[in-house]
Amino acid sequence: MPVPEHFDFFVDPNRCIGCQACVQACAECDTHKGRPMIHLEYVERSTSTQTVPVICMHCDSPTCAEVCPADAIKKTGDGVVQSARKPRCIACNNCVIACPFGVPKMQSDFELMMKCDMCYDRTSVGKRPMCATVCPSGALFYGTREQVEQLRPRSRPINTFQFGHQTITTKVNMMVPAGPGGTPGSSSAEYVDVTSAMHDESAAGGSGKRVRLNVLEDSLFQFESDAVEEPDDAATTT
Amino acid sequence: MATEPTTELPIIDRFGPHLSRMAGVRLDTGAEPDKLVKTHCCFCGQQCGIQLKVKDNEVIGFEPWEDFPFNKGMLCPKGVKRYLQGSHPDRLLSAMVRDGKAAGGFRNVGYDQAIKQVAGAIERIQREYGPDAFGMLSGASLTTEKTYLMGKFARVCLKTSNIDYNGRLCMVSAAAGNKKAFGIDRAANPWSDIPKAEVLWIAGSNVAECSPITTSYVWQARENGAKIIVVDPRITPIARTCDLFLPVKPGRDIALFNGILNLMIEHDWLDHDFIENHTVGFDALAEHVQQWTPKRTAEVTGIAEKNIRQAAEWWGQAKTSFLMHARGIEHHSHGVQNVLGAINIVLASGRIGREGCGYATITGQANGQGGREHGQKCDQLPGARDIANPEHRAHVAKVWDVDPDSIPGPGVDAYEIFRKIDRGEIKGLISLCFNPKVSLPDNAFVQRCLEKLDFYVAIDFFLNETARHADVVLPGSLQEEDEGVVTQIEGRVIKINKAVECPGDAKQDWRIIQDIAKALGRTHGMTFSGPRAIFEELRAASKGGVADYSGITWEKVEQNYGVFWPCPSEDPEGKPIDHPGTLRLFEPGTWNPIAKGAGPFYFPDGKARFNVAAYSPPTEDVDDEYPIILTTGRVVSQFLSGTQTRRIGPLVDQYPEPRMEMHPRLASKLGIADGEWATAESRRGTCTLKAQVVQTIRPDTIFIPYHWAGRKSANQLTISAQDPISKIPEYKVCAVRVKKADGPPAYDAELEAQQ
Repeated sequence: MPVPEHFDFFVDPNRCIGCQACVQACAECDTHKGRPMIHLEYVERSTSTQTVPVICMHCDSPTCAEVCPADAIKKTGDGVVQSARKPRCIACNNCVIACPFGVPKMQSDFELMMKCDMCYDRTSVGKRPMCATVCPSGALFYGTREQVEQLRPRSRPINTFQFGHQTITTKVNMMVPAGPGGTPGSSSAEYVDVTSAMHDESAAGGSGKRVRLNVLEDSLFQFESDAVEEPDDAATTT
Repeated sequence: MATEPTTELPIIDRFGPHLSRMAGVRLDTGAEPDKLVKTHCCFCGQQCGIQLKVKDNEVIGFEPWEDFPFNKGMLCPKGVKRYLQGSHPDRLLSAMVRDGKAAGGFRNVGYDQAIKQVAGAIERIQREYGPDAFGMLSGASLTTEKTYLMGKFARVCLKTSNIDYNGRLCMVSAAAGNKKAFGIDRAANPWSDIPKAEVLWIAGSNVAECSPITTSYVWQARENGAKIIVVDPRITPIARTCDLFLPVKPGRDIALFNGILNLMIEHDWLDHDFIENHTVGFDALAEHVQQWTPKRTAEVTGIAEKNIRQAAEWWGQAKTSFLMHARGIEHHSHGVQNVLGAINIVLASGRIGREGCGYATITGQANGQGGREHGQKCDQLPGARDIANPEHRAHVAKVWDVDPDSIPGPGVDAYEIFRKIDRGEIKGLISLCFNPKVSLPDNAFVQRCLEKLDFYVAIDFFLNETARHADVVLPGSLQEEDEGVVTQIEGRVIKINKAVECPGDAKQDWRIIQDIAKALGRTHGMTFSGPRAIFEELRAASKGGVADYSGITWEKVEQNYGVFWPCPSEDPEGKPIDHPGTLRLFEPGTWNPIAKGAGPFYFPDGKARFNVAAYSPPTEDVDDEYPIILTTGRVVSQFLSGTQTRRIGPLVDQYPEPRMEMHPRLASKLGIADGEWATAESRRGTCTLKAQVVQTIRPDTIFIPYHWAGRKSANQLTISAQDPISKIPEYKVCAVRVKKADGPPAYDAELEAQQ
């Protein structure tokens, strides 16, 4: 039974609370025996609590498979890119290096690349992936596009990503602010320009990685005590 | 002398905490379970629905329960990995008595022999010193049936007034404030009201880490266009994307609420009809808050005046709203005043008792709500009845078939029980699922008190840090080994179902309590055949009370995914009814046994009370000697004193040891870099931990999570100041000084991260 076509996967870092329920639940999946195939990244913990869950985006033309010299990475007919096949994988790390989303991980003790297969054992029999089922904040969601549009009027799913000259379309969608009519100041672009975003100094507060907090800019801390000086860089910006 | 029978390391070597990971049948995640048991998580007050996979009398994993309406299959990491505590190598499988020569300081004995020894000690102590010389401490994670039995055991069997519970450390300020303002102590609204609100006010609640599923309701409100105001000294994950973050200086929340009300009055953002028709006491409050000008509020709270005005404008002008708070405003020596301040701005807005207009405290423990309603709280009898009220005593005495005069009067709070031990007034103690050596403030004092006890018996499933002091340890039950109801965060009574049998000599806690009663020869009212029989009596005992469970049956709970209390079994005329439960409190026209139709609130006139919430600084403010504020709290992968979660490997991996969170400005001033060892000292103790340098905390405040024991315990530092009404300790503020440590502390060489 294939993964139903009308079910999509949606990732919304704006909702992520860094709890790692997804990571803990992923390790429970049948296919990878106690190892999580999703990972959670703090963007920059020293300045923000912003976290991002990273799952395989299940690219239409997966770069990991294209660069695999052993032809170990297969895509199923319903669009799910699988972990490397054990008899074929030579643990060369080409896929790890090539994936623009930073997804595959080399399991050195198995000499095998393993990654999210969208809980194929579950999704192919009509269940939802474990991570999206348990995610307590809705940062990971598996369902129909109509459901997402109804539940998330201020957000918009995008599954086209621009990395320099490379355009990648994926089975997995990122939720972005909806643009006009949605969250003020957001884009209505039809794709996420990843490379530009990483270098957009003005939008990112002088650091490509730095996350700006969506709280009032001038909510600076005030002190009665002279125990510490008043900060000029409190992490309270828009 | 209940000193630890041996040094720390041999006890840890035998009893842990050791780590449990997926192994054996659990690693075979494809193993077909014998059955799936629909039940609830064993941790926080949200009580998420979960299905446990059971094979060969072992819980081997979980499957999401997507039909359960509160969490719809969602779980936090603790819920996902909870199953790893069953069949844990540290699990207590036998009764034990202390023996300094035995490995780990305890020797296994037969269960019956241990029960006899416990009964003998109780009988001796009570004969020599009187009934009150034996105290009881129990837990708010127990089923309501167990908490009912504990309360009855204390009053009917031991005839001691000295019983209290660890909900004292959790929600009692909210409970007391709610009773003073509304006459009833329960979250006023179901969580389904959250996404319908225009404005959310989240005060002192690290929702993302302490009650993660609630986040999905908050985010849905944001998606629906709600403005979110978060008040916290730290930019927690819920604050990261809020619309307005108010970085309050710890301990100054009343000032903020009073300042907001001042602006609401100035701009006439009030619901005059509601205030006139459904409340009393507004004028006195309005006069009091005149002093809380925005300027003064800003000076006291450390929040920019502009942002206070913005918050008042959004809150004041909203048509619908939901205010929720948690331990951040409750864990104070003026926690009740903080809660009353919060309630005042809700009542002044008139936005309560309607769809999308809500107010709630966020329950911390599994059964924080049901656990205090039915009799283990020192001043309450079942049904949230007042133990000092003659009518209330008479009702319960009739159900218990005892003379009302034989029921002891009000006892003292959990901390005062230790002070009584210190003074020699309490000589013996029984505890059930309570770990005060980690969870109470100033825990060096708690340890000294434990060492003064003549006799201490602990009932638990792991040997927690407090139980190491016990003379006798009785092996109790995990949540999945018993059945009964709990009441979750919204006031929804739900059913815990049994998945596996107790291993070894372990017994369900209600059996152990009744076995002690039998050995004492005091079996009157203590011969229940099981939790169902206890629940049936509880229904009768609560009938007609504020917390009326008489219309709730286990079957009704299971059929309806829970039943919200109050749920009476009779209508106002005394005719039997099939009541559906009360989804939302205070709806116009509702009837309650106190107001009897006069109004929706639980006072004789049916009106809510405004209370003047007077500001006072924390008991221990900073000074030149101790210039930094310490505040404490939780991390998402650990729970309470860590008895369960510090044993679950994957959860420990996620956050292995406590860290001292501080702002870069403070760290720079102290010469401490991220990851370096830092020492915090208060007037009570010293604690050396690794620093975590982050911009997401006020620079005048440090944060330490409290889940760890011994030399890593935040409660070595905290102060035992308590709220005069609720007796909740002031965990959220005390004064410390911090310096860079010379190197790793001695414990680093001998203890594992989680120990």
